[in-house]
Amino acid sequence: MAVEATVRVQAEDFSAQSEMDTLTAGRQDVGALVSFTGLCRNEAGTLAALELEHYPGMAEAELERIASDALKRWPLTGLTVVHRYGKIQPGEQIVLVVAASAHRRAAFEAADFLMDFLKTRAPFWKKEHFVSGKSETWVAAKADDDADAERWIAS
Amino acid sequence: MNIRYFAWVRERVGVEEETIELPPSVVTVADLIGHLKTIDDNHAFAFEDEEAIRVALDQMHVEADAELGDAKEAAFFPPMTGG
Repeated sequence: MAVEATVRVQAEDFSAQSEMDTLTAGRQDVGALVSFTGLCRNEAGTLAALELEHYPGMAEAELERIASDALKRWPLTGLTVVHRYGKIQPGEQIVLVVAASAHRRAAFEAADFLMDFLKTRAPFWKKEHFVSGKSETWVAAKADDDADAERWIAS
Repeated sequence: MNIRYFAWVRERVGVEEETIELPPSVVTVADLIGHLKTIDDNHAFAFEDEEAIRVALDQMHVEADAELGDAKEAAFFPPMTGG
């Protein structure tokens, strides 16, 4: 049976454990479960909050496209992507990727691939609010992130 | 055509979205950017550095040489910084 990814874009927080439980519930064919959770850093105490803007509709569609690419590339038994938007405080969760497979390599690689393309293709933007009251600034995209995504195209 | 802006592109233009009647000479995304720049100073400022702007037609990423075709919505935004 074709595996379908679960993709959600939401303001609410999520539980990594409950998303993992969903991917393994009632199954005995899952040998590997890899999860990645991205959190909001406080940037040495300078950051008051991150404001995440997204393009409603396209954010979901793009995550679906990336997840579907991963499902074609690796033999996964399940894949979940959750990305939050809105104001997020330091210490809070931003993003979750969970990949399930019979074997560890596919699960590790799929989760890594998902994050690389999510960062460079999914329409989300971060604005930093500072503790000092200094005016807000948009986070600039990193060339490293593009390079990370490029390596999957070469391989 | 419905035009949407996000992040600092939206802040520079000063509106989230607008509907614009396009002259027939506007065929590609690059033509559209050229046209938008003529609207006013805010638009010109937003599109000052075209290399820094990403584009989607009907919610799909495209390059500047893409033809608008029968797309209903174009969106302009900076490189993505999610995750």
